[in-house]
Amino acid sequence: MKARVTVTLKSGILDPQGKAIEGALKSLGVEGVASVRQGKVFDIEIAGADKARAEATLKAAADKLLANTVIENYRVEVL
Amino acid sequence: MKSAVLVFPGINRERDMARALKLISGHEPQMVWHAETSLPEGTDLVVVPGGFSYGDYLRCGAIAARAPVMDAVRAFAADGGLVLGVCNGFQILCEAGLLPGVLMRNARLKFICHDVHLRVERSDTPFTRGYNAGQVIRVPVAHGEGNYEADEETLKQLEGEGRVLYRYCSPEGVVDEGSNINGAAHSIAGIVNARGNVLGMMPHPENHVEGIMGCTDGRGLFAGLVAHLERAA
Repeated sequence: MKARVTVTLKSGILDPQGKAIEGALKSLGVEGVASVRQGKVFDIEIAGADKARAEATLKAAADKLLANTVIENYRVEVL
Repeated sequence: MKSAVLVFPGINRERDMARALKLISGHEPQMVWHAETSLPEGTDLVVVPGGFSYGDYLRCGAIAARAPVMDAVRAFAADGGLVLGVCNGFQILCEAGLLPGVLMRNARLKFICHDVHLRVERSDTPFTRGYNAGQVIRVPVAHGEGNYEADEETLKQLEGEGRVLYRYCSPEGVVDEGSNINGAAHSIAGIVNARGNVLGMMPHPENHVEGIMGCTDGRGLFAGLVAHLERAA
């Protein structure tokens, strides 16, 4: 089963990388970009076919390692 | 003082640390590999040194913080044992939940590698008793992610409980915007946990301990730990 964990910075957390990308897009002349926040995407292959179990596994992975919940939120999806 | 220096793949400041510990305590520290599940018998101080554990993959210190040896460090700290984390070590201690908050990318995005001045906020702790409160020391930093951040509640707690031990300052000891090299909240360079036995700091005191280094301001931190342990013994 294919799955995806998306990790994003919580709102209010300063994101200097996002700011730099935002600045670069502006200097490239890409119009209409109001702001950029950088995050991470993990594409994960889950063994077995039990969807509920896969979601529990992904949640455990995110809580234990993939996200630092002090500053980040995450979303899990079984695709 | 019997110290144990943790070694993770990608760590590169462990020998500087071991040299400083030997020089000041007179005892050769034990190097402890990350896959170990226990610390050497009679350890007084655990040091998590600087470097780039696991290539800073995922988040700085995130993977090292989940290594087997960290369970032993957690138990050691819960027992009141002294733990010092420097640079990547500070990041590892935050990721391991031994210290609150997180070290974010430097506000101006640059890797910073030069001497900085730190104000020692108090002298009545094992990690600062080698200094006077308000003393200014000069030590090097070398990091890209040293911008300490925590939520308002945590910052209030840190300040209220006097847990900020080292702050970036000017050579005269003034804490201001200009001397806050990485944009850290409240110019925080080093904090302790609630119990006061775990210190994390971004600067490298171990690199200013011998005349040949051009400065010996870092000695006080280690000398203070030695004095603290001798007094406790």
